[in-house]
Amino acid sequence: MTRYVMVADLRRCVGCQTCTAACKHANATPPGVQWRQVLDMETGTYPQVQRTFVPVGCMHCADPPCEDVCPSTATKIRPDGIVEIDYDLCIGCGYCAVACPYQARHIVHKRDLAYGKEAMANEDKRFDEGRMSVAMKCNFCQGRIDKAKETGQTPGIDPEVTPACVNSCLADALHFGDKEDPDSNVNKLLAENQTFRMHEDLGTDPGFYYIWDKNK
Amino acid sequence: MNGIEPWHQVNWDWRAAGNFIGGGSGTGLVILAAIASLPGSQGVLYWPLGLLGAVLVGIGLFCVWLEIGRPWRALHVFFHPQSSWMTREAFVSAILLPVTLIAAVTASPYLPLPGVAGGTMWLAAILAALYLFCQARILHASKGIPAWRHPALMPVIVVTGLAEGCGFLLLGTALFAGSASWTLALLIGLVLARWLSWRRYLAELTETGAPTKALAVLNGATPMINNVGHFAAAVVAVLALIWIDAGPWLGALAGLLAIAGGWWMKFVVIARAAFNQGFALPLTPVRGQGEAGPGDKPGWRN
Repeated sequence: MTRYVMVADLRRCVGCQTCTAACKHANATPPGVQWRQVLDMETGTYPQVQRTFVPVGCMHCADPPCEDVCPSTATKIRPDGIVEIDYDLCIGCGYCAVACPYQARHIVHKRDLAYGKEAMANEDKRFDEGRMSVAMKCNFCQGRIDKAKETGQTPGIDPEVTPACVNSCLADALHFGDKEDPDSNVNKLLAENQTFRMHEDLGTDPGFYYIWDKNK
Repeated sequence: MNGIEPWHQVNWDWRAAGNFIGGGSGTGLVILAAIASLPGSQGVLYWPLGLLGAVLVGIGLFCVWLEIGRPWRALHVFFHPQSSWMTREAFVSAILLPVTLIAAVTASPYLPLPGVAGGTMWLAAILAALYLFCQARILHASKGIPAWRHPALMPVIVVTGLAEGCGFLLLGTALFAGSASWTLALLIGLVLARWLSWRRYLAELTETGAPTKALAVLNGATPMINNVGHFAAAVVAVLALIWIDAGPWLGALAGLLAIAGGWWMKFVVIARAAFNQGFALPLTPVRGQGEAGPGDKPGWRN
């Protein structure tokens, strides 16, 4: 079995948003829609204040509420743990969006352009009518992951078959790999460090781990 | 781009609320119209009320159709009965609407078939109860909206559907049948049950924790819901029981107040208090040789 997960080292993330930009470039998301974003969270009270940068997006839960509620079976969980959306099946009811506790799903009903009324050349070229009025979200760059089967490369290690956000991370804070593979990069990170997952109490078994300290 | 604190979801608006309003009132009416048609009751006419119940459910479904992004793929809604309460609601509606229409037509003077009407109106009532339950479960399964997923909301949705149905029954009684003391007593009971279930929902939601803004919206709307939908409706229903001559019309007024309270309650829950989960950190990362700092859940109470 394979389960692809992402690991974000909160000690390393500097909030540069390069992953956000890389995701936008790789997936051509419309203005206002970011499948990967980095939150800037300030905690504590003066003088004990901390600032933490937290990458978020679809957590690719093992028990995803979005998949449970989807009336059209457009949202599916693949055998490798990636939660995907079939844009041709989706009816755009938005039920998955209200079921997701990570605010990871977006529905865009009308084409929006980055600068005024004139579309840029890249916006015209990469516009996808099939993604209008249906749910969309991070898919761990599944096209790249699927290419690994043909090339024999390893997702999370070889950049060609690794999500764009991970490739772009300049602080080496984002990692991707197969959690079920005992020799994988992410398994090693999870074994060597202390981690948590967001909103773990909701029981969705998210596939996104946050490192907060090394093992003691 | 949104921030860290919970913000109001943008995917379900008044059209979604319309489904819960129409569906709840319609199914409540289909159930209570069947009960009111029992021998020995006040002999209210089933056919106009059953028909109205089906129309209300239909209006609710039409609201959903207006809401979905790809309306011409609407039949895909039937694809996931294994776990989706929306699919289950759709399946129930596909049987509920024709059965209710058959019951109404065969109970009418235009195509009187008492043998058929008797069975189908009870089948319609059972299907209506299932539909109402599906609606309650739809909200409970919305894990991203703390005010919806709380289990204490489910009895509120069911009870308010019945109370609204009873309100419509009182309207129908005033128009077609005259006085109806048991219906008034039932409305008082249902309004009391709704008041108690709403109180319990608010108390438990506050205790288990919810976005501060959602609690503010719900608490802000409660006086209006209570004053109109509960207290005024109950007082007018009691007056209708006492003042026999004006009973039917006072009963109709009590019914209208109960309906208005229920509709406003659902509109507030669906379209005003639907703040999402937001983001949270259980603790902050260790940097250098320091210690982990306390976490935070911005925009939440508890």
